[in-house]
Amino acid sequence: MKHVKVFGPGCNRCQQTADMVKAEAAKLGVEVEIEKVTDYAEIARAGVASTPGVMVEGKLVHAGGLPKPGDVQSWLK
Amino acid sequence: MSNITASQRPILAWWLRIAFGIILWTAAYLALAPASAWFASVLPLTRNGALYAAAAFFIYEVPKVLLLLAIVVFVVGVIRTFFSVERTRAFLAGKNEFVGNVGAASLGIVTPFCSCSAVPMFLGFVSAGVPLGVTFSFLIASPMINEVALGLLFALVGWKVAAVYLGFGLAIAIVAGWVIGRLHLESWLEPWVQALRAAPVELPSHKITAAERVDAGIDAVKDIVGKVWLWVVAGIAVGAFIHGYVPNGVLAAIMGRGAWWSVPAAVALGVPMYSNAAGVIPVVEALLEKGAALGTVLAFMMSVTALSLPEMIILRKVLSLRLIAVFAGTVAAGILAVGYLFNILFL
Repeated sequence: MKHVKVFGPGCNRCQQTADMVKAEAAKLGVEVEIEKVTDYAEIARAGVASTPGVMVEGKLVHAGGLPKPGDVQSWLK
Repeated sequence: MSNITASQRPILAWWLRIAFGIILWTAAYLALAPASAWFASVLPLTRNGALYAAAAFFIYEVPKVLLLLAIVVFVVGVIRTFFSVERTRAFLAGKNEFVGNVGAASLGIVTPFCSCSAVPMFLGFVSAGVPLGVTFSFLIASPMINEVALGLLFALVGWKVAAVYLGFGLAIAIVAGWVIGRLHLESWLEPWVQALRAAPVELPSHKITAAERVDAGIDAVKDIVGKVWLWVVAGIAVGAFIHGYVPNGVLAAIMGRGAWWSVPAAVALGVPMYSNAAGVIPVVEALLEKGAALGTVLAFMMSVTALSLPEMIILRKVLSLRLIAVFAGTVAAGILAVGYLFNILFL
């Protein structure tokens, strides 16, 4: 089980990013638990300045714009 | 969506595609004038009539503007792959005031940043130790001098006006940010924002290939042109109406250099308007043609793009009302100054 946090105030791209993580995880057969973080203070404390941001197992891997499906797979492996 | 990444693509075929794209674009651009002239000539309208003038304007401008917009958005999209908000923040943290303001305003143009990110960006900067005034320089430059505004000004009004807009936009962002920094208004931030501290983070960087940068440019074109084309067409339709029906010189009286109140009126009108540059600039072009003063028109454009009511409402979450008032007041004063300066300098 991998813990993934998606940071974003609830914009369209943040939802797309969360959906993408879910879809890529399903392809790889990796179990994920996705947590959406919408609180501004918490987003800032994680070091994210451009949303959507993605954290996998406590490590920030992405910030700003939609990630590429290939990148998402490499974070989950 | 395909799972094939750019690096797996055969490089030669990929470069051929790029070359093909460039040839196609050039051919389309060269064919514009004759093709639109032919279309206009087969219209069942009387020559020299207002409707004919409006229709011919519309037929020529729509494809021209979309082609030029596409190329500018593509180039900016490629340039933006070299920048990120996080890297910009790392660069700006701890910079002294003036250098910081200049850097922030310049980086505001090229750093990819979406409007829904305004609050996270603001918090991210301030919590990492970027001075408040420097943060504001970024926040002012980013929406005002965006690729759509520059691209359309370049396409419709010419490179000189685009260059002047860029220069004055930068000047406003630098000076307004510097003034806000000098006022030392950190205590006017919401208390929880003042308490926020974040350690700088390092994102894992992977090497971006040239092919990926070009792909990013193509994505930017699809994304931005897909989003704004309707605004462009609507703006050109309004511009075409002005072109065909408004008599020459009539605007000189109300929007000309002689009317001193036209600059503040243009700013007051621009602030509550939530349009992007795409819808405004075709109108701007037609207004200029009919005798409106350049300074007045630029002031209108800048206030539409730099000061938007929805953005201020979003920023209210982190800024006190007083701070928002100082921000809006400083920027509005800068825009007024630019408007008047222009009307005086350019005859």
